[in-house]
Amino acid sequence: MTEIKLMKGNEALAEAAIQAGCDAYFGYPITPQSEVLEYLAREMPKHGRVVMQAESEVASINMVYGAAGSGFRAMTSSSSPGISLMQEGISYIAGAELPCLIVNVNRAGPGLGTIQPGQGDYFQSTKGGGHGDYRMIVLAPASVQEMADHVFLGFDLADKYRNPVLMLSDGAIGQMMEKVAFKPYKKPDIDKSSWATTGKPKTRDRNYITSLHIQPEKMELHNLKLEEKFNQMREHEVRYEEYNTKEAEYLFVAYGLSARICQKAMDIARGKGIKIGLLRPITLFPYPYKRLAELAPQLKMVLSVELNSGQMIEDVRLGVNGKVPVEFFGRLGGMMPTPESIVHHLETLIMARNGN
Amino acid sequence: METNQATDILATNLNTDEYEMVYEKPKTLVDVAMHYCPGCAHSLVHKLIMEVVEEMDIQEQTIGVAPVGCSVFAYDYMNIDMQEAAHGRACAVATAIRRLMPDKYVFTYQGDGDLAAIGIGETIHAINRGENFLIVFMNNAVYGMTSGQMAPTTLPNMWSTTTPCGRDTSFYGEPIKVSELISQLPGAIYVTRQVVNSANGVRRTKKALQNAFKYQKTHKGTCFVEVIGNCPSNWKMTPVECSDFIDDEMIKAYPLGDVKVPK
Repeated sequence: MTEIKLMKGNEALAEAAIQAGCDAYFGYPITPQSEVLEYLAREMPKHGRVVMQAESEVASINMVYGAAGSGFRAMTSSSSPGISLMQEGISYIAGAELPCLIVNVNRAGPGLGTIQPGQGDYFQSTKGGGHGDYRMIVLAPASVQEMADHVFLGFDLADKYRNPVLMLSDGAIGQMMEKVAFKPYKKPDIDKSSWATTGKPKTRDRNYITSLHIQPEKMELHNLKLEEKFNQMREHEVRYEEYNTKEAEYLFVAYGLSARICQKAMDIARGKGIKIGLLRPITLFPYPYKRLAELAPQLKMVLSVELNSGQMIEDVRLGVNGKVPVEFFGRLGGMMPTPESIVHHLETLIMARNGN
Repeated sequence: METNQATDILATNLNTDEYEMVYEKPKTLVDVAMHYCPGCAHSLVHKLIMEVVEEMDIQEQTIGVAPVGCSVFAYDYMNIDMQEAAHGRACAVATAIRRLMPDKYVFTYQGDGDLAAIGIGETIHAINRGENFLIVFMNNAVYGMTSGQMAPTTLPNMWSTTTPCGRDTSFYGEPIKVSELISQLPGAIYVTRQVVNSANGVRRTKKALQNAFKYQKTHKGTCFVEVIGNCPSNWKMTPVECSDFIDDEMIKAYPLGDVKVPK
């Protein structure tokens, strides 16, 4: 039966982790996502699961490595500076092909920045972050409901590809309260016995978890194997939502919190007679390039709206491939744009294009 | 003539029925040539750990964690399930493994750079939590894999590639005595320092490893076995000279024996 609750985004995430059968959570306090660790510290032991406040984010991500390497569903969460600390570990996890879920409740940076929401970690999330050739599916929740839904989806995708999955949320989605529905979920039965380190019985060879392939010939084969997996993700895991795109002349592209604000901006602009739609990428990797390419011929202009100085706009431009001008609007430093300010910017751009 | 005799002894068509088997490598050790330099202590300590695992018949219940350093390939030699951790993070990885599978035997195998430099934080916190695993700490006072740089355990005035005039303690401080340091933590139940440059030392080291594996089943805390190793390649010494250096210098700085035993 579906259960409906009023929850903070971070709490919905934590509750979903329990319902998704997360065996172990390791985390370190950082605003604006400490509620995840607090919630799980309270609730996980009731379900006989492992929860631990680690000594650092570096320890957290390596604990996730250990747990995932032994075949358990493991996750961690943090916010931007903490996620930076985890990048080496994430690279190892991708290299060793371990499934796990990592959640970044993005705050504004660089450096210590501020605890207010931001989307400045887009590059870090989608273009690598850690060292070496790897990718991971990046899910961008735009509501408390998706903070929960993406946990179930994220764990399943992690298992499907034996690869880390990142949820890129932000301080507003994490902190705001909305209703959230929890549907019954069944954890898929996945046989990990061929690789997980659970103790070597006489009946099989030893399993070992490593990202090390010291001979370049073997390392290249490993790289190619990983790349094949990333291509499968590009092929099968693109997710997005679109609104009013059918006869749109203009298009907002925005994810997460920005997409929420753009929905309102879209309504205001359409009230003024501007034919604008919204494309909301749900997966930031793989990115909906193809859908943007399909929409490009009908459009006069695309406006990428982000809480950063212009990061996703590079992917939007790759998507439309020069067929239509791509403009940018963003706020920085933890500031959020009002829908009216976005519409005002849109109108100014349209007027400039029309020579007014 | 001597060379020919040696070849005959190694010949595969030797009739073993005529001989009494007095020693075999443990089956828990993969039968391959190790990459370690001649005279290096790592291979011997690998074998001792695997002998203990075989004798206790716990191959199926044992999970090891390899470090970054010369022993990064430990999983190529130890015939058990293993994980290779990021540099310094073996204790964090082992923490998760042991917490999720509390009935297993878990150990980390770490060098002095991995454990005492980049990983000292994870080491101290894991021991302070009293994680129920064994840490095997190989202390050879130098970074082996990266070719001889100063370690936290490098002796005063000892040459390394990054202390070309010897370790200046006014600049880099004194070497860290890890066993003494971590024995202060209530979570550490068994802390001992051993050496493997003599038959007696090897026997004592093996005994220490046996104790440490057995103590894991008491679920009382962390066991820490420090082994004074060597590094012929980076100490620029023959194995025999290494052995003398251990007796003359290393053991003075790092006294042997139990630092802490279970109550």
